[in-house]
Amino acid sequence: MGVLVAVLAAAGAASLAVGARALSPGEVWDGLFAGPDSDQRLTQIRLIVRTVRVPRTVLAIVAGAALGVGGALIQGCTRNPIADTGLLGVNSGASFAVVSAVSVFGFTNPFQYVWFAFLGAGIAGGVVFGLASIGRGAGNPLTLALAGQGVTVFLAAMTTAVALSDRQSLNALRFWNAGSVAGVKFPVIWPVAGFVAVGLVLALTTLPALNLLSMGDDVARAVGVNTALTRTVGIVAVTLLAGAATAACGPIAFLGLMVAHVARYATGPDYRWLVPYAGLLGAAVLLVCDIAGRLVARPGELDAGIVVALVGAPFFAALVWRGKLRNA
Amino acid sequence: MSGTDLERPVAPGVRLGRVSFVWRPWPVLVTLLLAAAAFLVFCLSVGAGDFPIGLPRVVATIAGRGERFDTFVIMDLRLPRALAGLVAGVALGVSGAITQSVARNPLASPDVLGITQGAGAVAVLLLTASGGAAAAVTGAVGLPAAALAGGLGTGLLVYLLAWRRGVDGFRLVLIGVSVSAVMQAVTTWLLVTADITDVARAQVWLVGSLDGRSPGHAWTALGCALALLAVVAGAAFQFRPLHFGDEVAAGLGVRYPVVRAVMLLCAVLLAGVAVSAAGPVPFVALVAPQAAMRLARCPTPPLAASGLVGASLLTGADLAARTALPVALPVGVVTAAIGGPFLVYLLVRANLRKAA
Repeated sequence: MGVLVAVLAAAGAASLAVGARALSPGEVWDGLFAGPDSDQRLTQIRLIVRTVRVPRTVLAIVAGAALGVGGALIQGCTRNPIADTGLLGVNSGASFAVVSAVSVFGFTNPFQYVWFAFLGAGIAGGVVFGLASIGRGAGNPLTLALAGQGVTVFLAAMTTAVALSDRQSLNALRFWNAGSVAGVKFPVIWPVAGFVAVGLVLALTTLPALNLLSMGDDVARAVGVNTALTRTVGIVAVTLLAGAATAACGPIAFLGLMVAHVARYATGPDYRWLVPYAGLLGAAVLLVCDIAGRLVARPGELDAGIVVALVGAPFFAALVWRGKLRNA
Repeated sequence: MSGTDLERPVAPGVRLGRVSFVWRPWPVLVTLLLAAAAFLVFCLSVGAGDFPIGLPRVVATIAGRGERFDTFVIMDLRLPRALAGLVAGVALGVSGAITQSVARNPLASPDVLGITQGAGAVAVLLLTASGGAAAAVTGAVGLPAAALAGGLGTGLLVYLLAWRRGVDGFRLVLIGVSVSAVMQAVTTWLLVTADITDVARAQVWLVGSLDGRSPGHAWTALGCALALLAVVAGAAFQFRPLHFGDEVAAGLGVRYPVVRAVMLLCAVLLAGVAVSAAGPVPFVALVAPQAAMRLARCPTPPLAASGLVGASLLTGADLAARTALPVALPVGVVTAAIGGPFLVYLLVRANLRKAA
């Protein structure tokens, strides 16, 4: 855990320094702490560090932690090893809601459509879970993946239909859709961080019950766990976390899934350790992916969401291939 | 399936040389009716437009006995579009029936296996890249052929990645989901970096559209599809026992790894042909086999009927998109609107049956 915090701190520092204009540690320090100055160069550095790099770094940490905790939590609630917000239609629900909102109300500020992203994420996630948990198919990874994929394809087509009829939403969509932590300012980050904080608190309250839930519903019920309540609180927390992260950064798939598996490998099955660890790991991975995206495509950049997908999908395929997931 | 099937007397067998099959009148009747329905929708689609032509005149024109003006409008202007829809519908229906049978899961389709996403990624690459190489590729083989290659490559990749001492339906689907996510990420990245005009064109293509098909385009697709369907028809007799599982199939003397590989390859190629003809139209490959299965009262997706339902569905959706809606939308939006609720129905039903 200590190592992870160190990695996170190092990545955070690197995130402030790396970019289209690379800064030395001294320059970053000046940019952060130097007072107003008449020096042209220093003013410019202050501008880059405070208005571009710091919000970006903070958002990557907040969103990464949210997605990491969300991923670990969703796997605990569903007892499903491939549960991931990106695979479960949550992202496409948020996309569709954002595009509709931009098209209908003409929003341009992410702060305005954040609420719609929440709504879309919640509804789509609820529909996919509801579908996958009817009858005894519940907990079958294949059912959940297919329900998510089906809803995603459906919503993606609807999103395209809206975007096609309106060039403004098409333009908003294609940037938002890539999943990026760049270009978001603090007025948007604060409310998002607020939702994430509420989600994290809710998540923490479910952890002891999740440990019992992992032994099976019958065992959990026998020792006095309210399984329905635990799941509901857990799913609400996941929706808050994933919805907030998605609203701010756009859809980022596979991060939660990947991080939850690595965390389980490192900490074992105890959710009281696993979930916080997944949160830290998620923040570190998203930050590193964002930095990597800035480095590989210079002078342009590759959006963090795309880097995560390019790393995460092979990881997922490897899990499947090694037979870690069983056909329930 | 149900108790009535067991109480029914065993259907009579028919033997023609080396080929033998069980004679069941109902599926044959349904298939014929579906063929008639597909033809009817096709004719209605050809007749509809700014200059409406009545059904009898459409049929006469297609049969080669039409007036000169009708012949021009139908054969030169409208037939390519309708034909492309027909071919894509049949190809998607058959492709879906094969993938659903191989994965033994009603929800497996080329959309899920990443084939359409792969084709989409290549097409968007060509549509948005402004370099000389992209123009050269588009000029040399055409966008549809390049997309076909992209779909085929992705399908092959999924198959190879899922290969571990044989291909298992469960692994195939999940690997497909992950590969299609990568292809989507690539597509998204291309869209982010591209010029907004190119993006709009690429978006139309990505949702599946039959707009502006050239005659050459439609006939090429038809030729490819017919060749593939011939192979499928040849392998189909060996294919059916696979539904009972590998052991039973082997016991019946079927070389199941070979048959399955050939059928899957055909399914991938058919999906690629469909994508090259109409773009990645969603849900037809998923819905058509399931609908055909229920209509024909078969325990598994019937190949011919699935193709015909696919054709009716795609052509009908295109007709509806052009005439019934206030704004002209690409056909893929309509199939998604039909397919989404159908998917919900399938999932709920499959799970309820498991519970029973």
